[in-house]
Amino acid sequence: MHADEKMTYETWPAAPEKATLEAKNKFLGFWLFLGGETVLFASLFATYLALKDKVPNSEHYLAKDLFDLPLVFMATMLLLTSSLTSVYAMYHMKNFDFKKMQLWLGITVLLGAGFLGLEIYEFNHYVHEYHHTFTSSAFGSAFYTLTGFHGAHVAFGLAWIITLMVRNSGRGLDLYNAPKFYVASLYWHFIDVVWVFIFTVVYLMGMVG
Amino acid sequence: MANHQPTSGNPRVDIEYRRKKNKEEMKHQVTSFSLMIFLTLIAFFAVGYGYSHWFIAPFIILLAVIQVIFQLYYFMHMSHKGHEAPSLFLYSGVTVGAITVLAFSTIIWW
Amino acid sequence: MSTLAQKKGFGATLWDYLTTVDHKKIAILYLIAGGFFFLVGGLEAMVIRIQLAIPNNDFVSAGFYNEVLTMHGTTMIFLAAMPLVFAFMNAVMPLQIGARDVAFPFVNALGFWLFFFGGVFLNMSWFLGGAPDAGWTSYASLALESPTNGIDFYALGLQISGAGTLMGGINFLVTIINMRAPGMTYMRMPMFTWSTFVTSALILFAFPPLTVGLFLMIFDRMFGSNFFDASAGGNTIIWEHLFWIFGHPEVYILILPAFGIFSEIFAIFSRKRLFGYSSMVFATVLIGFLGFMVWAHHMFTTGLGPIANAIFAVATMAIGVPTGIKIFNWLFTMWGGSITFTTPMLYAIAFIPSFVMGGVTGIMVASAAADYQFHDTYFVVAHFHYVIVGGVVFAILAGTHLYWPKMFGTMLNEFLGKITFWLFLIGFHLTFFIQHFLGVWGMPRRIFTFLPDQGFETSNMVSTIGAFFMAVAVIVMLINVIMTSIKNERVGNDPWGDGRTLEWSIPSPPPFYNFKQLPLVRGLDAYWIEKMDGKKGMTPAEPLGDIHMPNSSFVPVVISFGLFVAAFGAVGIGDKEAYGIPVLVIGFLITFGSMFFRSVKDDHGFHIHKEDLMNDDDKGGKA
Repeated sequence: MHADEKMTYETWPAAPEKATLEAKNKFLGFWLFLGGETVLFASLFATYLALKDKVPNSEHYLAKDLFDLPLVFMATMLLLTSSLTSVYAMYHMKNFDFKKMQLWLGITVLLGAGFLGLEIYEFNHYVHEYHHTFTSSAFGSAFYTLTGFHGAHVAFGLAWIITLMVRNSGRGLDLYNAPKFYVASLYWHFIDVVWVFIFTVVYLMGMVG
Repeated sequence: MANHQPTSGNPRVDIEYRRKKNKEEMKHQVTSFSLMIFLTLIAFFAVGYGYSHWFIAPFIILLAVIQVIFQLYYFMHMSHKGHEAPSLFLYSGVTVGAITVLAFSTIIWW
Repeated sequence: MSTLAQKKGFGATLWDYLTTVDHKKIAILYLIAGGFFFLVGGLEAMVIRIQLAIPNNDFVSAGFYNEVLTMHGTTMIFLAAMPLVFAFMNAVMPLQIGARDVAFPFVNALGFWLFFFGGVFLNMSWFLGGAPDAGWTSYASLALESPTNGIDFYALGLQISGAGTLMGGINFLVTIINMRAPGMTYMRMPMFTWSTFVTSALILFAFPPLTVGLFLMIFDRMFGSNFFDASAGGNTIIWEHLFWIFGHPEVYILILPAFGIFSEIFAIFSRKRLFGYSSMVFATVLIGFLGFMVWAHHMFTTGLGPIANAIFAVATMAIGVPTGIKIFNWLFTMWGGSITFTTPMLYAIAFIPSFVMGGVTGIMVASAAADYQFHDTYFVVAHFHYVIVGGVVFAILAGTHLYWPKMFGTMLNEFLGKITFWLFLIGFHLTFFIQHFLGVWGMPRRIFTFLPDQGFETSNMVSTIGAFFMAVAVIVMLINVIMTSIKNERVGNDPWGDGRTLEWSIPSPPPFYNFKQLPLVRGLDAYWIEKMDGKKGMTPAEPLGDIHMPNSSFVPVVISFGLFVAAFGAVGIGDKEAYGIPVLVIGFLITFGSMFFRSVKDDHGFHIHKEDLMNDDDKGGKA
């Protein structure tokens, strides 16, 4: 089964993300990368926990003064939903339904972009209302680094998925691009996993002090 | 490579079978999504209600862990076959990460 | 496609190496680049030893000494030892498991070029205001105060080369998991492949903390953040933890492949199966696992408290157990074997007592209470040079002799090799043995000079003389390399005569597709088994068919070059220069643009056809 073979509904395998050796390698390599990313984010979380509320003097705002739960809740809902929509996209990928896959990926991208917009609004709000910036205190540095790394992952994920959608829009699914879509969706879920810990550890635990 | 698929001799039947399996699985996905939303709601409400933080902190972390397990095992298909090496390396990463977080919350300040 | 034997001009060869994705050529690139940085680091070591030869010396100034000292450590660890180890992993591991290439040939090339440009960037600091001068550990309270741009070059350069290493690690892991030849089960893998596997896993989990630490350092120095600045709520200890969470596994990343190389050498030149193979595998995995639980033993005197110190001291000493298992297994491999004293074997035999001495002093410094005495003295310097030079460098020199014929198709001269060995061995012990005593007598690390009449004069002079022995040894080795390359006497598949593993069953150097037909592996030491059964080579596991190969690509160089440019921009931003942001943006545009190009352009590779393979028969390549 060569990667560039023209596929039909009948010949489409059950696990197109692992049908060729290249695909198997990509699949495994990406999971291993996610294992490394786990350590990367754990280090960032650890740094944040060590520097939470560490400010030079009492004029600086602390976590419990800053965060706005409704906004975070909305962002969380957007990202969680985008995780489900990318599951839908992979469902259609397995059924060799290229159009529906593209559609659901498109929705995923929109939700992701919405999340990113909220995050930018949120940062802007902290900077202008509370003078809580990257350089104002160790707490600020740690907060923006952790959430910023996550935000950068979201932005990169969006660019990646859009590139894949545009690049493959004309030619439909084959065994060369199916693993690419699959791996991108894994990445997107991982971003969501990280966010679950961010909203719990940074925002919710920040609120309770 | 075609022998990786279950073959009953009739490709049409196989495809129908697979479609049905996929559809069933998708139902599970939607269920786990609802549960995840539910867990998120509980976490936000728990904080909104303002219980003691000795209760809330471990409680919402537990909720987060459960939710992440849903993500990994259902959304990311870790419950499927062929995820032995991914699980090994993911959990190794989690272990190293957990030790890091533990160290940073105990022996950084004194 | 039987183009491999054609003579090419210099330009074509250069282009070939700039665009190659072949693991064997990338191995040669790692060997050359790593070898070059090894010479640079060695030169820096000589400066250190000349400066310390006599009291009150003014060969270099105090500030320059700090730079040389920092760059010696950083260069040797990141730019010499790691890439040289990677050279052997690339050259040998895919052959040992019977694979045609690594899992991601493109990423393999990218990994090399990231390391290379990172290393070049780091060394650019010499010409652009001054090298880093806060030690190779670059502790934050010192590093943030450093007035030159040296630390910026350190953080950015290591960030770039670290990304390359991480890619290499993932690549090796996937290769070993997915691409073993038929019959090559995990417990039939050669020891060097096993150590590559565990090392790669360590890389995967150890480099992200370094990445984070370096980012925090970059942000603090260049973008105004306050992670390590106590006056803004920061904490300098965070750097120490992040650095050592990486740094301790890093020393196992270096030593495990060394163990792997020696395991191969002991088995080959004792003409015996490696003693206790399964316990060797177990010990390797256990060392890798424990390697993540011991980092704070570098920080005993930081003030972590008695409980933390005790836990980390005990965990550290526990590593002595699997290491001891290995030492005994090597001794028992030699026991009763028919030993030939070739150059690689000499290194292997000398390695055991040398490394054990480093291990014993390791247990000494692992006792937290005693470490308050040893910390920051020459005793520690002696300890880690005994394990790193006595372990890693010996293995690299041994591996160079052992695998030279497989990589280049010609043998290094044994006589010169033995001269190198004896000079290096004598020089090594002369240099570092006395440093244990210097440390216990109270000579601190990292000082640029010392006063007369403190009892340090003779010992330091002895140490410096030893360093010259090692320098001469390396020069002899270079002469050996040049002479061998000029003579270029070609050798066959198994030039040592006693090769046990798959790499010795194919030509030296192997054809670019490695195995014409994938071999059938029937047990540990697959090639040896066939030889013992009276067969000439491996039994093929598949009929002769088309072979799928990846295309060469120049994109890895461009991606890496983009980050190289961006790093200059980041330094500029730290200096509040107007060019900073535009250069950073241009660099990232080059990198992400070429990544984008790579991802939209389909690359299906090409096929070598069966008929061409049959015509290749004269060059061997039979499975």
